[in-house]
Amino acid sequence: MIKDITIGQYFPGDSFIHKLDARAKLIVVFLALVEIFLCKNFLSLALIVIFAIVSVAISKISFKVVFKGMKMIYFIIVLTSVLQIFYNDEGTVLLDWWKLKITTGGIFTAIFMAIRIICLILVSSLLTYTTSPTTLTDGISRLLSPLNKIKVPVDTLAMMMTIALRFIPTLIEEIDKIMNAQKARGADLDSGNLVQRAKALVPIFIPLFVNSFRRAYELAFAMECRCYNGNNKRTRMKQMKFSWRDVVAFGIIAVMLAGIILLNHFFGAVI
Amino acid sequence: MNNESLIRFCDVSYRYESDNETPLPLAIKNINIDIKKGEFVAILGHNGSGKSTLAKLSNAIILPESGNVFVEGMDTADEKLEYDIRQKVGVVFQNPDNQIVATIVEEDVAFGPENLGIEPAEIRQRVDDALKSVGMYEYRLHEPHKLSGGQKQRVAIAGVMAMQTDCIVLDEPTAMLDPKGREEVMKSMLRLNKEMGKTVVLITHYMDEAVKADRVIVMNSGNVVLDGTPREVFSHEEIIENAGLELPDSSKLALKLKKNGVNLPDGILTPDEFIEAFKFSLSGGASH
Repeated sequence: MIKDITIGQYFPGDSFIHKLDARAKLIVVFLALVEIFLCKNFLSLALIVIFAIVSVAISKISFKVVFKGMKMIYFIIVLTSVLQIFYNDEGTVLLDWWKLKITTGGIFTAIFMAIRIICLILVSSLLTYTTSPTTLTDGISRLLSPLNKIKVPVDTLAMMMTIALRFIPTLIEEIDKIMNAQKARGADLDSGNLVQRAKALVPIFIPLFVNSFRRAYELAFAMECRCYNGNNKRTRMKQMKFSWRDVVAFGIIAVMLAGIILLNHFFGAVI
Repeated sequence: MNNESLIRFCDVSYRYESDNETPLPLAIKNINIDIKKGEFVAILGHNGSGKSTLAKLSNAIILPESGNVFVEGMDTADEKLEYDIRQKVGVVFQNPDNQIVATIVEEDVAFGPENLGIEPAEIRQRVDDALKSVGMYEYRLHEPHKLSGGQKQRVAIAGVMAMQTDCIVLDEPTAMLDPKGREEVMKSMLRLNKEMGKTVVLITHYMDEAVKADRVIVMNSGNVVLDGTPREVFSHEEIIENAGLELPDSSKLALKLKKNGVNLPDGILTPDEFIEAFKFSLSGGASH
């Protein structure tokens, strides 16, 4: 199950979106997320939906993968939209039972919310699907580099993030191994109530932690051997350059912003 | 091969820090080793013989308790020289998983040169060359965790290569690998030494690997007990066994056969040599 999580995974490719500069991509995605929250009616939301779907299509990542990645979040989507039904009591009343009242307004908000969350996840997961973690952290650290002036150790933080991302698959593999080892010794991990199951996890996490410390120690040695000391002036093999693609992306996001404002203004708000 | 010394251990002792009041015994005792440029040296020893400590001493990861380690004349105890020393001597450790930093093979290989502040175009060149020299170029865009153990270890070697060090110290690089991975790594090491003229120090407990070296050093409880060519070293059966090691399989078999009256020469090290000698003994050698 743990291996099904595709959010945050990277799918190498050479599409338009893959080739965008990481910094540009970060800013564009951030703006797109802002725009998703700016939408006030279904027409402006439709614009976002089209944007999201076209982006996924251009990235050549299969929709199957994208939606499989969302599997874990369906529950949140359903829960949030169901709650929305009861928050809005405008419009025609469809059902009035005890203290619960379902109205057309409520239904619309619920649908609106669900689409909005799906778009949020689509757009943001597209960022990690199309950018290698190292490039992504590199992009973040370059965007944040002005913070160096106020003594925020941006490069060190970026290195920490890279290492964290690098060790996720290694640790997943290790958890798997430890679980099998404990099962082989008769550990019962799959039955009992919640408390019993939580307790059963202790013998998995203790070796995991101990091993992680050992790994960290060895990694530090290896990094020192390769002349890393956290404050030297590092260069990068891959230079980041803005290209025409980034201009196009910024153009699209700007036009969308204008479109959303206009549609919000002329067609009234659902929310 | 010339006689210029690359790494010199002068009367070196080292002791690990103890968790409690009683100090641990010395891990390395007054050791003198001189590793020459261009040599392929294998350091043998069983667990706790101090052989891995030598690796860490060789590029100022740890400093000797007494004595000095010199890398091309630079004392590792001099903090200012730390960087220069690590650009001369690179170390590859046992577990490849714990020395790969980045999520893409080529980015990991670039890590060392990036730390040295080298120009991007030059890094690109070094990374490509290093990956080609260990035969991992076509995997440059792969994720390290999807590679086999032998491949990961070759990436780690490329990471040191890209720093263009003169010497590579490998601390049991094959201990966690399957036979196929071991062979891959061994091939890469021999290539570095024979074709690219790098000094290679291989710390191992596999005899078959040591046999391929120019020089073998055997360690036992912190002391050097043997130092010489593989043929010289493996002729001292008793000392090898006292050090908790075994002779290479071919040598062992040859010795046993000899004791039982088969006519075989001394100093057989590899399967090929054994087969040659055995054939000879079966055909003409034995009948005379």
